[in-house]
Amino acid sequence: MIVNGTQEEVATPISVADLIATKGFDANRVAVELNGAIVPRTQRAQTTLKGTDTLEIVTFVQGG
Amino acid sequence: MPIPQGFTPSASQTQFEARRTAFTTPPNPLAMVSESEVRDALTERHSAATQAKLDAAHVAIAGLGGLGSTIAVALTRIGVGHLHLVDFDRVDMTNLNRQQYFLKDVGEYKTEALRANLAQINPFVEVAIDTTKVSDENVSELFANDDIICEAFDVPENKTLLVNAVLEQLPGKKLVSASGMAGFRSSNLVETRRVSSNFYFCGDGVTAPKPGAGLMAPRVGIVACHEANMITRLILGEQEA
Repeated sequence: MIVNGTQEEVATPISVADLIATKGFDANRVAVELNGAIVPRTQRAQTTLKGTDTLEIVTFVQGG
Repeated sequence: MPIPQGFTPSASQTQFEARRTAFTTPPNPLAMVSESEVRDALTERHSAATQAKLDAAHVAIAGLGGLGSTIAVALTRIGVGHLHLVDFDRVDMTNLNRQQYFLKDVGEYKTEALRANLAQINPFVEVAIDTTKVSDENVSELFANDDIICEAFDVPENKTLLVNAVLEQLPGKKLVSASGMAGFRSSNLVETRRVSSNFYFCGDGVTAPKPGAGLMAPRVGIVACHEANMITRLILGEQEA
């Protein structure tokens, strides 16, 4: 699986929600795009990833 | 964002009144310049073909803090024709370390204060304001008429909400977002990235404020102008970061 441009070994299948948690991210501070399309927040638990997927996880911190 | 707990306003009643008087009696820009003079000046700098594209653009800026107010000033200076400013908050004294407001604006709504300040640069830019909080429920209606949506919030949960809501509900809009800009780390850590076809991300991605390295005008301004330049590139037909 490619995560943020880097090839990573991730045990699949895994849901987007579980991957966010595994990586230690706060679900209320991320946006996730799967193969170029947003994963709706309500679909993160049901969206299952496979090894050939390309994922972008954008995280947000305080500041503006 | 609420006033930081460590700051207590100490202005006298006379000073509060002086701010209010200055805010309510600004110079009248329409008495000082004509639309044709502004247009001639912008065309001289940008060319007629480029200015025509800038004139026609509709850009929303959500959040009018250090990012959004600086982005709005930059886009007004180049004559982006239609700006839509969205923020629920008022200006406080601790905003002046990085945001494009003046002493006269303290206590006023950011939407109203910024619109007035932009009019002193170019009163012929159409500036619509919404003094409201962005939510999942209002996002599609709020930004229906905007071509480009700029995320310029301060609180990470608000950034997350807007970015997800726009990508979920308004996938055809261009979205320019930012995160990671606090302190005085190297300018060269800041970049603009195209995350997907309509989604751009500016900042160093990681640097949150901490004691001694809070949000400061120079580095927030760098990220703001990354956003402003990406918006300008999109208006002028460039898609890459």
